[in-house]
Amino acid sequence: MRRRETLALAAAAIVLAVVLPICNALPAESPLAISNFTLNLFGKFLTYAILALGLDLLWGYAGVLSLGHGVFFGLGGYAMGMHLMLEIGAKSVYQSALPDFMVWNQVTALPLFWKPFHSAAFTLAAIVLVPALFGLAFGYLAFRSRIRGVYFAIITQALALSAWLVFNRNEMNLGGTNGLADFKTIFGFPLSQPGTQRALYVVTAVTLVAAYLLCRWITLTRAGKVLVAIRDSETRVLFSGYSPAGYKLFVFVVSAVLAGVAGALYAPQVGIITPAKIGVLPSIEMVVWVAAGGRGTLYGAVLGAFGVNWIQSWLTTSYPDVWLLFLGALFMGAVLFFPDGLIGALGRLGARARRLIAKPPETISVQSIGNKSLDTAHLSQATHVMSRPPRSDK
Amino acid sequence: MRRLVFVLLLAWLAAPAAGHAAPAAAEVARALADLAGEDVAKREAAVALLGKTGDPKWLAFLGALREGSVYARLRAGKTELVVGGTKSTRGDQDVIEIAGAYGRETLGTVPLAELKEVGADRALRLVIKPFLDADETRAQLADRDPAVRRGAAVKLGNQAAAGSEAVVEAALQKETDRWARHALAEALALIRLANAPPATRAVPALALGNLHSSSALPALGRLAGDAGASPAERDAATRAIRQIERWGLLTTTVETLFQGASLASILLLMALGLAIVFGLMGVINMAHGELMALGAYATFVVQNWFRASWPERLDLYFVVALPVAFVVAAAVGLVLERGVIRFLYGRPLETLLLTWGASLIIQQGLRLWFGAANVDVSAPSWLSGGAPVMVGLQLPYNRVFIIALAAVSVFATYWLLFRTSAGLRIRAVTQNRAMSACLGVRAGVVDATTFAFGAGLAGLAGCALTQIGNVGPSLGQNYIVDSFMVVVTGGVGKLAGTIFAAAGIGGLTKGIEPALGAVFGKVAILIGVILFLQRRPAGLFATRGRNAEA
Repeated sequence: MRRRETLALAAAAIVLAVVLPICNALPAESPLAISNFTLNLFGKFLTYAILALGLDLLWGYAGVLSLGHGVFFGLGGYAMGMHLMLEIGAKSVYQSALPDFMVWNQVTALPLFWKPFHSAAFTLAAIVLVPALFGLAFGYLAFRSRIRGVYFAIITQALALSAWLVFNRNEMNLGGTNGLADFKTIFGFPLSQPGTQRALYVVTAVTLVAAYLLCRWITLTRAGKVLVAIRDSETRVLFSGYSPAGYKLFVFVVSAVLAGVAGALYAPQVGIITPAKIGVLPSIEMVVWVAAGGRGTLYGAVLGAFGVNWIQSWLTTSYPDVWLLFLGALFMGAVLFFPDGLIGALGRLGARARRLIAKPPETISVQSIGNKSLDTAHLSQATHVMSRPPRSDK
Repeated sequence: MRRLVFVLLLAWLAAPAAGHAAPAAAEVARALADLAGEDVAKREAAVALLGKTGDPKWLAFLGALREGSVYARLRAGKTELVVGGTKSTRGDQDVIEIAGAYGRETLGTVPLAELKEVGADRALRLVIKPFLDADETRAQLADRDPAVRRGAAVKLGNQAAAGSEAVVEAALQKETDRWARHALAEALALIRLANAPPATRAVPALALGNLHSSSALPALGRLAGDAGASPAERDAATRAIRQIERWGLLTTTVETLFQGASLASILLLMALGLAIVFGLMGVINMAHGELMALGAYATFVVQNWFRASWPERLDLYFVVALPVAFVVAAAVGLVLERGVIRFLYGRPLETLLLTWGASLIIQQGLRLWFGAANVDVSAPSWLSGGAPVMVGLQLPYNRVFIIALAAVSVFATYWLLFRTSAGLRIRAVTQNRAMSACLGVRAGVVDATTFAFGAGLAGLAGCALTQIGNVGPSLGQNYIVDSFMVVVTGGVGKLAGTIFAAAGIGGLTKGIEPALGAVFGKVAILIGVILFLQRRPAGLFATRGRNAEA
């Protein structure tokens, strides 16, 4: 990693994981204080950012567009949610050891697949393993038969739709449309306490930093280079003796795990997990975070997740009718005008500004068109080509 | 309560009696006097007496009594019943037009204060109802529409009242329509089965078996398990049940096939446009569902326009709506293609996101313009109802229409692609864009027209959907994923692939839905598609070539 990047990352990590929680712990009348609500909102955005990182690794680097990451997010979220539901115990509305919705649905015994979630260790393992195994099975079938590009996107979208339908069913014993909610404690700590929420926030921020480091490390390894190569020309990678399927499967599983972890951190902070987080629309919204932020750059994905959701929470409270129009316009705009997202746009703007400052435009005389200037023209074109948005249309 | 049941029974038994048993005038006069009185038993007996006459005029009087528009007035020391009409105000008095109880001759306008209302409480209304119902059934049995006659026969069969046997038999003699005859014969057998003396029920039971009457199953089941029935009867009932159940299996199979065909037609109408555009331009059009919704809303607008301007020609609106839906969707598709999509050729994933954005905007636009609630699109009379093709199975006209529409669209597309010069150019650009452009084909024009055509097909699909489903802003969402599955399964570049995939997915969906339910059926289809793609990654009919990218 370059020095500047390391410094920027360290600064961002300190602000997110240390400064903001301290500001939150300050008394409310302090000018630097951050309200519990805002910190909670930030915590939610950070979980989205974790997911966006994985999605960016998959799409921005390996060129595999998944329109079904809400499913993995939901798997992690439900795993955590099931443990939290069981932790409520008999303190629920119906005073039953069973979760309320089961009493409501006249389920008398805890279904078998719920039982292991009594254990915190099992839950933590499931948060990682369930999305990983599901991603592994799905990805294996998909990549083995060389389903790629648009086909893969469509299949994952169908996956999101199916999962949404299934999670909505009451007979799945997962709370149906209402999902899992009304959590009271997490590992014994009451969720209503600001201290618990602050701790959850810190855990989320630290996880985000760790996820960033993991993804960054992957991109720096040889495997990362192969992933980019697959994105740019899968056929050529194939003919060079690599098996793209294995690399794609690996990155798909990594992104699925990141999505699952994000979901697991989301559930206790927001206090509810429902099928509405799994469906087609939320899954494709996740893609637009990455697209708007700038795919192919990991910090772009983080910024995109933050920015889009910030705008969403503002628009949906102030102008609810406009939000979907805005989201649609964001999709179109991001694709048409900012193919490399906010980061790319800022980068180009910065480059132009630097050029302007460094070298004022000079009038071109006939003599100046020598070998040298031709070379620079050629070079700048070459760099332009290289800085083009990653092609992801294989 | 027992009295009420008795009176009801009396009414039922009496209702279908053919000739009007005219009671003596004195009896009628006493009944009318009783009605004006307070004694509940006497009033009910009076209603039964009037109802039993079967005289349409007395039945009309009972109808008026039920609606509470019968009044009593004192005239020359005697109570007289009259039927009230329009109420109005004269000076400071409320007045009402009155007419005679039987003949409805006008008796002038009198102050409301001079009259006493003769009400009908719930118990009395219950006594009146069977008489009026029986009268209605009689009228329906003589109706000109065979469907109405069939409905009446089915109703009589389900009631299975002994008294209606003669009526049904008489109607059966006169009946000429095949399906109405069948319904009457079924009703007759049901009545006989329910009312025949023991040991003679084998004949109607066997008859019901031959008629494949599914509504006779409960009665036959009881007979088969009845220890008091003769062995011949029980045997006949068992055989009839087996016969009916076998027939039921057949109708269910045919019905499932038909439903599969109808779903496949919708998927085909949608996927046709999608597949052509995808094959030609590599563009996955996520807004296809919204183009369909636009077609549906166009139909809605045309309908309202007809309703406002030519209410007498309302049935014709659908004929106009079909081309309008096509044109509206095609126009929006054209704008979409020329406006944004053409800048993104060769980048399918980005067109996918772009068109998804467009779909969100169209959807929200529809929601803001027409409201979030579903709108009401009525079926033209020639599309409502259905054609009875076999006993126990009726094919709804709207579904038949959709299948026909899909067939016509497929043939039109085929003709367009393979029999016109425009189609030749489309196929040329699909195969090799650069080479076609070099040879003078204006690829941009081909793209635009093809996209518009595909969008127009979606509009047609939307128009057809108004006849079988709800019309709301998210109409397209319900079908879009399925249509994509059709495109993926069918493969690109071959019409046949799309057709077979649509038929396969539509048929399978309807085939496994009864076993797994709609949700898990959908999941099973997804798993099936993924497994299918293991064998054939490029779909059913992939164009073979040496392109490693394909």
